Amino acid sequence: MTLCFEDFPPGHFGTFGPRRVTREEMLAFAAEFDPQPMHLDEEAAKRSMLNGLSGSGWYLCSVMMRMMFDGFIGRTASLGSPGVNELRWLAPLRPGDDLTLDIDIAEARVSRSRPDTGIVTFRAVIRNAAGQALCEMVSPIIVSRRADAAAEQAG
Amino acid sequence: MRFFEDIEIGQRRELGSFTFTADLIKKFARQFDPQRFHLDEEEGRKSLFGGLAASGWHVGSVCMKLLVADGQRQAAEAAARGEKLAVWGPSPGFRDLRWIKPVLAGDVISYASEIESLRVSEKRPEWGILQARNTGTNQRGELAFSVLATAFVPRRSASS
Repeated sequence: MTLCFEDFPPGHFGTFGPRRVTREEMLAFAAEFDPQPMHLDEEAAKRSMLNGLSGSGWYLCSVMMRMMFDGFIGRTASLGSPGVNELRWLAPLRPGDDLTLDIDIAEARVSRSRPDTGIVTFRAVIRNAAGQALCEMVSPIIVSRRADAAAEQAG
Repeated sequence: MRFFEDIEIGQRRELGSFTFTADLIKKFARQFDPQRFHLDEEEGRKSLFGGLAASGWHVGSVCMKLLVADGQRQAAEAAARGEKLAVWGPSPGFRDLRWIKPVLAGDVISYASEIESLRVSEKRPEWGILQARNTGTNQRGELAFSVLATAFVPRRSASS
């Protein structure tokens, strides 16, 4: 069944994963979008602030998007997202990491401008297998309301 | 790349432009964001976007790509002048990222970066921390993408 606005009450929504990050995928992303030595070159990475080869933050965001898609967005009546309120990269992503994604719903409200939709603001945290948080994001998505719920309010 | 001491609030750099072809949009989407409006023209037309639309993470990742390329150009210029190279550090994150207009197949996005704030790191005094407003503007002059990004930048004094 497709998830609608009504399926996202505030509180813990779910835990998704694990997803293995391969060295090959991590390096391919860095080569295409973020070819800084700390993301590509083992020796240069050792001398960097992150003390070893680390994934691009934008790669981690993209993997997080894929984990959200596989976890729930793929079966949600999602109309897209207007943006990201805040995103923090907390610790380096390493090749071979097994990532887990936790989703909490911070706020869910009906859209004033488009009352057949709602705005669901969620907090996402990605952790490695040791439980260390690597990335935290707060972001809204626009989700359709159930037809009967929207009609009831309109009527 | 520049050192912390060479950077001033309000400095703006044009980073160049990027054409989001249908093939590139679908390739990124298949791997990272396979929502129907990022994969199929007809589904895109039926969506709020009104056409095959790039994943927002694709639009952000291309901004990073052009930022790195601009940094490499600056590094090459500095090397040609015989100056010491500044190697930038990682980013602790960003705020206020907005996907303002959809980026549709064929759109050409011009990216720019403007310095908004500068401070010295308290925990790592050999580093400065900057905030830059990075933007993407489409071929019609409409702002499509905007983000306030943070980055660690080395201080010249610490490296001499």
